[in-house]
Amino acid sequence: MLKPNITKNTEVSSNQKHNQSPFKLARKRFLRNKLAIAGIAVLILFILAALFAPLLTQHDPTKGDLMLIEKPPSSEHLLGTDSSGRDNFARLIYGARISLTVGFSAMLFTLLIGVITGALAGYYGGKVDNLIMRAADLMLALPFLVLALTIIAILEKVTVGIFVAVIAITSWPTLTRIVRGAFLSLREQEFILGARAIGATDIRIIFKHFIPNAIGPIIVNATLLMATMIIVESALSFIGMGIPQPTPTWGNMISEAQNIRILRDHPEAWVPPGLAILLTVLAINFIGDGLRDTFDPKSNRR
Amino acid sequence: MHKYIIRRILVFIPMLIMLSIIVFALATAAPGDPFTGKILDPTVDPEVFNEQREALGLNDPIPVQYLRWATAMAKGDFGESMYYKGRDVASLISERIVNTVYLGVFALVLTLIVAIPIGIYSAKNPYSPLDYGATTFGFFGLAVPNFFFGLIAIYVFAIKLGWFPAQGTISNIHVTGFAEFLDRIHHMVLPGITLGLAGTATYMRYMRSEVLDVLGSDYIRTAKAKGMSDRSVMYKHTLRNAMIPIITLMGFEFGALLSGAIITEQVFSYPGLGTLFINSITNRDYPVIMSITLLLGVAILIGNLLADIFYSIVDPRIRYD
Repeated sequence: MLKPNITKNTEVSSNQKHNQSPFKLARKRFLRNKLAIAGIAVLILFILAALFAPLLTQHDPTKGDLMLIEKPPSSEHLLGTDSSGRDNFARLIYGARISLTVGFSAMLFTLLIGVITGALAGYYGGKVDNLIMRAADLMLALPFLVLALTIIAILEKVTVGIFVAVIAITSWPTLTRIVRGAFLSLREQEFILGARAIGATDIRIIFKHFIPNAIGPIIVNATLLMATMIIVESALSFIGMGIPQPTPTWGNMISEAQNIRILRDHPEAWVPPGLAILLTVLAINFIGDGLRDTFDPKSNRR
Repeated sequence: MHKYIIRRILVFIPMLIMLSIIVFALATAAPGDPFTGKILDPTVDPEVFNEQREALGLNDPIPVQYLRWATAMAKGDFGESMYYKGRDVASLISERIVNTVYLGVFALVLTLIVAIPIGIYSAKNPYSPLDYGATTFGFFGLAVPNFFFGLIAIYVFAIKLGWFPAQGTISNIHVTGFAEFLDRIHHMVLPGITLGLAGTATYMRYMRSEVLDVLGSDYIRTAKAKGMSDRSVMYKHTLRNAMIPIITLMGFEFGALLSGAIITEQVFSYPGLGTLFINSITNRDYPVIMSITLLLGVAILIGNLLADIFYSIVDPRIRYD
């Protein structure tokens, strides 16, 4: 069972508070959060598996053996083979590479767009703000999945890079809103006025003063966004509109289960990648919640 | 308040126009037109196609084409499918949309029936075993991809246990009336739960924190101090106030519900708008793709509009200027 709202933070005693830097305090708070630590452990495990994939399996995840189609698990093929005779275990391990990379780079790309648009809207306000936020509203009116699918339908060929770009272009508004909100609340504060008074340039104020002060919500939301991106990738790949075969991704592996025969007779082929997604997303969400409590201890008792 | 509603409706109109422009731009960017496949036919003079294009207005300037397209769309004339030759997009969509509406409503009702009472209970008894259970469920509900959950549901409840059908909307086409209704519900149980799962987790968390918030407020203490029973404090004060943000959440979650329906229908081969959409993408049937995109966009805009209007009616504290 999990505790609601993670850990109850006990206040650090006041004399301790004085000799510790805010960073140390934050780190301490984070390390006390067991679920977040478990999340990090699981994530590191998956990253290691992805990095050392060639050491863990001899099989090529993209090359199938037509003599070995839909074989049950054996000592040679730990999780059996898929409908093209490819080794499922190799696809699971190599799939971690693609799924994690796509999730991470899609998050990074979205973060970039979101921070830039949010910063512009929140910093300059007025017309710029209006324009960006109306565009964001409009993007939110289209269900993200529908828009991504429509763009994919127009593009004839989808590669990993294009795919990442499509999901980033369709999912920035949420982040924009968060960054803008943080900037708006900072805008009227005195230290910003001070920075302006001594003649700091806009760019300098944004990078030196705004972003460091808004970094908490940005990091927390980027973390949670990565979990969403991994699910989105797998969902699109599942319906055959994501990363094209034979590239191994967890979603591509699960899409094999659209065939009723595999669904019924070979759960070992589609359950492990599903559990891998579930575990990764849980791990990332725990880390994200842990970070939220770290950056904003008060948010704890929502 | 009336002023606010009128202004909110006025904002809705330019949004609608922008939405239609985006969809039209996407449709224009899509490769091919109704004659693409035929142009390779060597027996036909290419000039004939050009004449037909001219007649259909495909050579007109883009703004003219947009206006013609937008007027047709507004009249419900969605054009003709490129894949199912000679079929109206409108008739294709209207065949399927009912099923999606049934499924969406079913999932939403399930979600609310489960999430709201549990959320309230969790808030009234924080850190109780059920609260821990609900939180655990919430984490899993938000982390499990719905297509994976759907496959597990089919594997366990349709294949292994045989309790529910794995696909379709109806198994006996000869039954009518109440029996037909029951048959449909029977088919909707698994996809409904799958579609409602993520929403249930979200609403539960939200409800819990809202009720906790309200329970800590001064007017609740006042109500208790004047000797009001727990029951009436709950129904008359707490729930009324805690339900307000849920309405906004429903507006926001509407889009997620529609996106979820697309994936869920695919898992269960449920003949709704979602499967039609995915099939059209596979077949590159652009008129159908664009019509569905536009339709869903309009549905979400209207959903948000209604949520905002409703919010302004039930919450008189909020002043809009």
